[in-house]
Amino acid sequence: MTASFDVHRIRQDFPVLMQTIGSKPLVYLDNAATSQKPQVVIDVIRRYYAEINANVHRGVHTLSQKATAAYEEARLKVKSFINAPSERQIIFTRGTTDGINLVVHCYGRQHIGAGDEIIISAMEHHSNIVPWQMLCEEKGATLRIIPMNERGELEIEAYKQLFSERTQFVSLVHISNSLGTVNPIETMIQIAHQHGVPVLIDGAQAVPHAPVDVQALDCDFYAFSGHKMFAATGIGVLYGKADLLERMPPYQGGGDMILSVSFDKTIYNEIPHKFEAGTPHISGVISLGAAIDYLNQIGRVAAMEYENALLDYATAQLADIPRVNLIGTAREKASIISFTIDEVHPHDIGTLLDMESIAIRAGHHCTQPVMQWFQIPATARASFAFYNTYEEVDRLVQAIHKVIEVFHHG
Amino acid sequence: MDEYRELYQQIILDHNKNPRNFTTIDPSTHHAEGYNPLCGDHYTIFMNVEGDVIRKVGFQGNGCAISKASASVMTTLLKGKTIAEAEHLLELFHDVVMGKQELPSDDDDDPALDKIRAFVGVRDFPVRVKCATLPWHAAKAALHEADQVSTE
Repeated sequence: MTASFDVHRIRQDFPVLMQTIGSKPLVYLDNAATSQKPQVVIDVIRRYYAEINANVHRGVHTLSQKATAAYEEARLKVKSFINAPSERQIIFTRGTTDGINLVVHCYGRQHIGAGDEIIISAMEHHSNIVPWQMLCEEKGATLRIIPMNERGELEIEAYKQLFSERTQFVSLVHISNSLGTVNPIETMIQIAHQHGVPVLIDGAQAVPHAPVDVQALDCDFYAFSGHKMFAATGIGVLYGKADLLERMPPYQGGGDMILSVSFDKTIYNEIPHKFEAGTPHISGVISLGAAIDYLNQIGRVAAMEYENALLDYATAQLADIPRVNLIGTAREKASIISFTIDEVHPHDIGTLLDMESIAIRAGHHCTQPVMQWFQIPATARASFAFYNTYEEVDRLVQAIHKVIEVFHHG
Repeated sequence: MDEYRELYQQIILDHNKNPRNFTTIDPSTHHAEGYNPLCGDHYTIFMNVEGDVIRKVGFQGNGCAISKASASVMTTLLKGKTIAEAEHLLELFHDVVMGKQELPSDDDDDPALDKIRAFVGVRDFPVRVKCATLPWHAAKAALHEADQVSTE
């Protein structure tokens, strides 16, 4: 535990956490689905609409210039946040799903053809499976799946064996949203590069949890969402290597992505604007900038260490409860505990915990192949953020005991 | 622990733990699948109908306590009913759980109504209503000879 990390002070920054649901204080343990927003993020959105609201990149008037400055300032913050070489490599998207689809659409369709192979892993979110499947169907390409072991860890030796002359792309999740596994992506990216194959990383769960350095990772693309890292919904980021982005065609056509348009010829804008057609989610982008400032202010490493200690505490507590089975016991884990209870369906766990004012997720977590691998229909999932407390873990544990009491002795 | 009881009534916990008629009927005259892709609840309802009367009802499948108990209770209620009576019960259950219809007060001693009454609490849990109605939709589909019904 990090003594310097004052969780009770941090919690004051999140108004939603201050409420009671029914008669008990809310325990919010569904952070992998979406995180709560600190007051500074809420304020910056309100202030944008109250004081600035104007379209970006198109006006000579004062408000438009202010909006453009705030929007582009946020891009610089994202650049520093993930240590990208240039802000030109930061594309604002609707979220991780949108970022992956952009790469499938603009890179995949150019470079992947009949008989080619794309490698993904057994623990991908549907958003990193289905777009590739659609591409495979369109092009006659094939998906190859990196297997995992019973702990929920990817089999690196098997991964190495999946490469062939036809391998054109690798797309991998950084931290599994249903198992909590932290994948050794640095090594896995190196392996792909030894075969000359580019790699996309789905960082939706990783960015809220740990510092990410895209240059150290040497990934070709990195996608993440704002709403899971304490910013607004509907905003996300795709980072890409500049030479790849420059050679890719635009994603959507429209305003802002062009330099000039005539009926004979349109000249596309430079990156990143080439990929940002239409009026963007300006308030969302600005909220993302505010969330980054907030994370930097509380200390990213301190928050991560606190979260890891909390996960260890929760894991030890849950592992001790008879009839509770932990799903995903990788040696490297972050923020997420998936579990089942013997003969109790996860949806019943979710409803009973809700009656205790504890918010968890129950279901397949958009990772049905993971559920199939473990031969379970669903799991209950508690996912943590740095604003969760040891007392909240204790409430979860007590509530799980109650669930068992109701279903096994009720 | 009382607040649990509003939803997880004793009848529901009992039928979940010890589902009645939890069996395949082969051959059957009518059967249909009920599937909720959102939560994975998946049941098959089997019936043997002779003339106008449902002689045998069974079910197989998996899902949450609400859906499983609902399927189990349903099989006990449909057995021996005419198709018209069954249709009436299917409608009644659906309307009661959806909050569209109130049951008569519980001083009459119709055991069928008591069993349906156990599910009244579900209406306060909108996301769980579909769990309760899924097997009943499947039974209706079986009677109408549709193969699969899906709720989400």
